[in-house]
Amino acid sequence: MKAFIPSSRILRSLLPAFSLTVLLIAIFYLQPRTMSYMGLNLLLNLALPIAFATLAQMCVITVNDLDLGIGAFVGFVACVGATWLNDTPVLGAGVLILCIAAYAALGALIHLRNLPSIVVTLGMSFFWLGLALLVLPTPGGKAPDWVRAVMTVKTPGLPATIYASVLVAILVHVALMRSAYGVVLRGVGGNPRAVERAGWSLLRAKMTMYSLAGFFGVLSGISLIGLTTSADANIALRYTLLSIAGVILGGGEFVGGRISPVGAVLGAITLTLAGSFLSFLRISPDWQIGAQGAILILVLALRVLINRAGSK
Amino acid sequence: MAKPWIWAFLGAFLVWFSTIVYTGGTGAGAILSAALSFATFSVIVGIGQMYVITLGPGNVDLSIPATMTFAGAVSMKIMDTQDPMILPGLGIALLCGTAVGIFNYALIRLLRIPPIIATLSSSFLVQSCAIAYGRGLKIKPPELLADFTTVKIAGLPLLALCVIALAAIMSVVLHRTVFGRSVLAIGQNPRAAELAGVKVGFIRFATYTQSGILAGLCGYLLAGFSGGASLNMGAEYLLASIAVVVIGGTSVAGGFANLPGLWGAALFMFLLVTMLNTFGLSAGIRLLLTGVIIVAVITLAGGRRNNH
Repeated sequence: MKAFIPSSRILRSLLPAFSLTVLLIAIFYLQPRTMSYMGLNLLLNLALPIAFATLAQMCVITVNDLDLGIGAFVGFVACVGATWLNDTPVLGAGVLILCIAAYAALGALIHLRNLPSIVVTLGMSFFWLGLALLVLPTPGGKAPDWVRAVMTVKTPGLPATIYASVLVAILVHVALMRSAYGVVLRGVGGNPRAVERAGWSLLRAKMTMYSLAGFFGVLSGISLIGLTTSADANIALRYTLLSIAGVILGGGEFVGGRISPVGAVLGAITLTLAGSFLSFLRISPDWQIGAQGAILILVLALRVLINRAGSK
Repeated sequence: MAKPWIWAFLGAFLVWFSTIVYTGGTGAGAILSAALSFATFSVIVGIGQMYVITLGPGNVDLSIPATMTFAGAVSMKIMDTQDPMILPGLGIALLCGTAVGIFNYALIRLLRIPPIIATLSSSFLVQSCAIAYGRGLKIKPPELLADFTTVKIAGLPLLALCVIALAAIMSVVLHRTVFGRSVLAIGQNPRAAELAGVKVGFIRFATYTQSGILAGLCGYLLAGFSGGASLNMGAEYLLASIAVVVIGGTSVAGGFANLPGLWGAALFMFLLVTMLNTFGLSAGIRLLLTGVIIVAVITLAGGRRNNH
């Protein structure tokens, strides 16, 4: 008998895809013209940078931390991308690599001194914002042509964003969910003591996850300027909250290293679409943030219901 | 670590001293007076945040900025610059805070999600309410309230004196009442506290509600102080509320709280910004140094592990 009823675990992992499908159907119903190559392209335009930021946040959440500075960091990367990376590519690339190293160092600091990640990353958000203002005091700059070309490439069938999202989701899924070291990395969030006793270095694991977060943050900033063509220090501040919301929508949990890379990408796309959905409904932009909060609470409530049904 | 709060005051003094050395001694008193005025608001929300953080790892209230904005906007609109409405306005502000606090705990309890996520989700909703409610209007606070929040007695802001008294009371509550001791006990070991008969659920409920109420109070007073509510008035208090707790010597692992440290840390944070401003640095360098110094101070202050 039991074989016919999907387990609560499977239901839960289907929840992000379900939310996205419901939202897409609602959007197509409200505005049938979006059901075209052009329409989808416009709808999903900004999904990729948000998806990268969400994956960055997910890496930090995997080890039970939270990054409240990722938005400012993406903004800084965007500023570097629109200035140094364009004018002197070698210097620009060097700075971006340094950024990833800085994230690894941040992970080491938080682990070694047992610091609350919220405060440290919130402090770092000032640091990144300050750096961004120094690099680019007024909005402007110019994205390198190759970035622009990559981000506006026309692919057959579906918009490039969709292919890219699928590819990234699969790659990160394989790396974190299917590889041997991926299990160790997630174990750091689940039971750090057990991981340590098994002979793995917690420090190395945390530094790995933080540098991955830095790496995705860099990808987010670069893909963002490919779309906007210029940068601004404040360009991505809202990504901090969006990325956290995206991880939760995608089925990630804040304790225990339970994450889902595919879900996180779906969650990011859902949040990107939520904005358009609300404007199609003619809901005032005042309620945009509130609607995101409501969606979060709704999804979390659904998850509780599924869990409860599963435990019966 | 007999008196961890000493460091916060020492830091505040050092920063203040460097500032007046730079200015050649002018404005020493005025800077201190301004620091007391502005630190007051960080301390009010800091008290609520400190109780929450003391509950143990994972407990933090991220809805404080949104609650402040919401309570400030609603109470200013209700009072509509009328002096007789000051007390009803205060009541409304506290009620807003209470409602958010109860909602936060309900989310934590019913959805069984970590407090970080619960308070973050609810802050989205509350922020939207504040935006929709207070859109495009800048209502001045009643004159009496504006006077009360800005008046100085012999150079000392009256509001700061009140909040020093509030901090003293909350210190007594923490160390001498069943409620305060239950909060400490839960932070040290929730399981042991429960077995010892502490009503863990109720105490957590009361702590989150208290944080909401204090955020509401802070929003009300800050709106009075700064000539009306604005939609981003709470923004800087997300970092401030957490940072004053940690810099002030309260254990981030929970179970050990420190009230005097809140004042030291709040003064330090304000004087730091004043110092960077006095040095005439550009906005970029100022932000950068603020970030670096906060991370450095947290590293030095917050890294003490509890040996228990």
